[in-house]
Amino acid sequence: MIRIGKKTVTAIIAQARKELPNEACGYLAAQDDRIARHYPMTNTDAAGDHFSMDPAEQFAAVKDMRERGLKLRAVYHSHPETPARPSAEDIRLAYDPNVSYVIISLADTEPTIDIKSFIIKDEQVSPEELKIEEEHK
Amino acid sequence: MHITVNGESKEFNQAEFSIADLLEEAEVDSPEMVSVQVNGSVIDRSHYADTTLKDDDEVDFLYFMGGGRR
Repeated sequence: MIRIGKKTVTAIIAQARKELPNEACGYLAAQDDRIARHYPMTNTDAAGDHFSMDPAEQFAAVKDMRERGLKLRAVYHSHPETPARPSAEDIRLAYDPNVSYVIISLADTEPTIDIKSFIIKDEQVSPEELKIEEEHK
Repeated sequence: MHITVNGESKEFNQAEFSIADLLEEAEVDSPEMVSVQVNGSVIDRSHYADTTLKDDDEVDFLYFMGGGRR
């Protein structure tokens, strides 16, 4: 299960909207199994149907996490027009077995913003509970 | 040989140890989809097998992250 604060969810939805029509992406870092920080990343594809992260930004984010005592917990990206479920390409490119894959769909308008988490290993997808909390405790 | 891997201190017995060896030791299935820094410098993927690590090197690696509908 991923536990994430409502403020963080609001922030990544705002990022996803700001980056329309392109997909948005980033890292989620956890402390004690709770998301403590999000790291918006550049979608180097600058496209609405694909994203790639910049390795230099990835290294910088992971080193910042280390300095803060956080651990990389999940990768997130947005689907501007499609549901919050991994596409075939998402599954094929999910190389890191140690993180969860969070997808935010902007296909519907508020209040039905769709955000889901998945575990993807060996191209097998399992839904993961994502608990949105009012505030970090 | 002592190497710091993704911030964790590790000891390896091999006298000669390449990046490719380290990724294999870390059970990375798709090394071609991994970016590697040694002491802060990015190493080209074509040199993973011939880049030999030294005592006290700091190695960071992370997976390519991407996806989409294409």
